[in-house]
Amino acid sequence: MAVVSLAATRFTKTALAARKERAEAVAKWAFFGMAVAMIIPLVAIIAYLLYRAAPSLSLEFLVEMPRRGMREGGIWPAFIGTLYLVVISLAVSAPIGVLAAIYLNEYARDTWFNRLINLAVINLAGVPSIVHALFGLGAFVYAAKFGYSIVAASLTLAIMTLPVIIASTREALASVPMAFREACWNVGATRWQTIKAVVLPNSISGILTGVILQVSRAAGETAPIMFTGAVFFKAIQPGTVFPYRLQDQCMALSMHLYTVSTQIPNVKESIPYATAIVLLGTVLLVNVSAIGLRVWLRNRKRW
Amino acid sequence: MMDAHGHAIVTRGLNLWYGPFQALIDVTAGIPHGLITSLIGPSGCGKTTLLRCFNRVNERFAYVRTTGAIELLGKNIYDPDVSLIELRKAVGMVFQRPNPLPISVYENVVFGLRIHSRRASLKRADLDAAVEQALTEVGLWKDLKDRLQVRATTLQLEQQQKLCIARLLPLKPEIILMDEPCSTLDVDGTRGIEELMFALKGRYTIVIVTHNMAQARRTSDECIFMLLGKVIEHTRTADLFLSPKSPRTAEYIEGRYG
Ligand SMILES: Nc1ncnc2c1ncn2[C@@H]1O[C@H](COP(=O)(O)OP(=O)(O)OP(=O)(O)O)[C@@H](O)[C@H]1O
Ligand SMILES: [Mg+2]
Repeated sequence: MAVVSLAATRFTKTALAARKERAEAVAKWAFFGMAVAMIIPLVAIIAYLLYRAAPSLSLEFLVEMPRRGMREGGIWPAFIGTLYLVVISLAVSAPIGVLAAIYLNEYARDTWFNRLINLAVINLAGVPSIVHALFGLGAFVYAAKFGYSIVAASLTLAIMTLPVIIASTREALASVPMAFREACWNVGATRWQTIKAVVLPNSISGILTGVILQVSRAAGETAPIMFTGAVFFKAIQPGTVFPYRLQDQCMALSMHLYTVSTQIPNVKESIPYATAIVLLGTVLLVNVSAIGLRVWLRNRKRW
Repeated sequence: MMDAHGHAIVTRGLNLWYGPFQALIDVTAGIPHGLITSLIGPSGCGKTTLLRCFNRVNERFAYVRTTGAIELLGKNIYDPDVSLIELRKAVGMVFQRPNPLPISVYENVVFGLRIHSRRASLKRADLDAAVEQALTEVGLWKDLKDRLQVRATTLQLEQQQKLCIARLLPLKPEIILMDEPCSTLDVDGTRGIEELMFALKGRYTIVIVTHNMAQARRTSDECIFMLLGKVIEHTRTADLFLSPKSPRTAEYIEGRYG
């Protein structure tokens, strides 16, 4: 009899097992809940901005000059200024950052000097942007005598984005399997041939992603450009694409947003929100095209 | 192309340190030209390390230090005028995990040629011929001649491993080093590689590291038994397995440790 009852209760749930299952379910839903909660702020921000910005959103808003002391009109000079700053800063920091990362990941041996470089990169990435601003002011505006200008502001942004580009590029390079490199070295390929033939083709999409993510940082920062080259207002020819010269000061979206929200009384209510939408839209547009570029690169590979 | 005793590789008093740890201790050995030599011994005894000395890939670690001499085909490879690029052209290496590059079969085979020639000097016809010859030599031509453009990493493991051997051949190497080339393959794959080794024997000097005692016995002409960084015994394979001189060799091949 005892044997039968033992067999009947075999593999059934014990009290402890039931408790573990409940804990498991709670844990799973809690994690899921947090993951979902992530999108709520995003949707809420965008919806609220759109709602408040609606009265101003139009093509004219984008391409017109501000009017009546920036209380009305468009944001064209700020929009173009931001494009200038982002493009020039990344044109400087991306090549330097990528090349430096290639050196660190592919050539550098584990010596004290290279450890020092690593340490510098990590620490530079943690420097607050207001400190970069001050550095840019001292180094580019005064010491290098660029004055308050697009060059000085772009270089400041470049210094700020550089360490992050180095870090993300190194990560992309490190994800290329060592076996590929060994295969190359063992037929007598030099490091540079190895980099060209296998390392870069297999990491380029990761590298580009890292670089492009810095667009939003460069576009969004206010402090570094405020100290070095951005101005409240600058009159330019409306509708022209290259209105600024490099030694000019310029307007920028982030700075403009700050100005119209806090510095000027009686601004038309929807203007700050519409400016934010343009800033956000520009960054999103860049990110989306980055994803497109990655997909294209991946499909284009010969293999 | 060899020294007076018919050796393709000779090491003299070779020591190697990984930082403070000595992985090779006074290794002196002569590896016969045109034959297959197997390296056996328990895990961590330095087989891979020794093999990697022969094309100096160990040196990519800053903390590796070597003393002693290695003569390949009569030339000391630590001589200052030795170019690592030329050395590695002549000494091919096959790895435990097949490591074809993530490009087409065709490009894998001609990879070495492309690395070592100016772009303009490579004619399509020469490349085609090199691919056909190399793939024929490793027995892949029939299977792959219509699939030369497929990505090499999609092949079966055995084909990948053969391709990795084929990749070495257009550079006309003298020595092929194999580090446990069959350890990820099944029985058929292993047989395929072993048959390929027999086919290549004579034209190339082959050194194979293996954990598989039966494979060492089947494939190799000479056998080197290593323990804790030292060469314990080195004779003809048949002799080593039938009448080992050292008791430690005997115990290892009987499977008492390893
Ligand atoms: N890159 C390295 N850095 C430090 N020590 C290493 C390195 N490579 C190998 N060693 C050490 O050197 C010794 C010999 O290693 P090796 O890889 O040559 O052994 P092996 O005989 O090939 O072993 P296995 O049969 O497991 O492949 C081991 O003790 C290992 O821990
Ligand atoms: Mg090994």
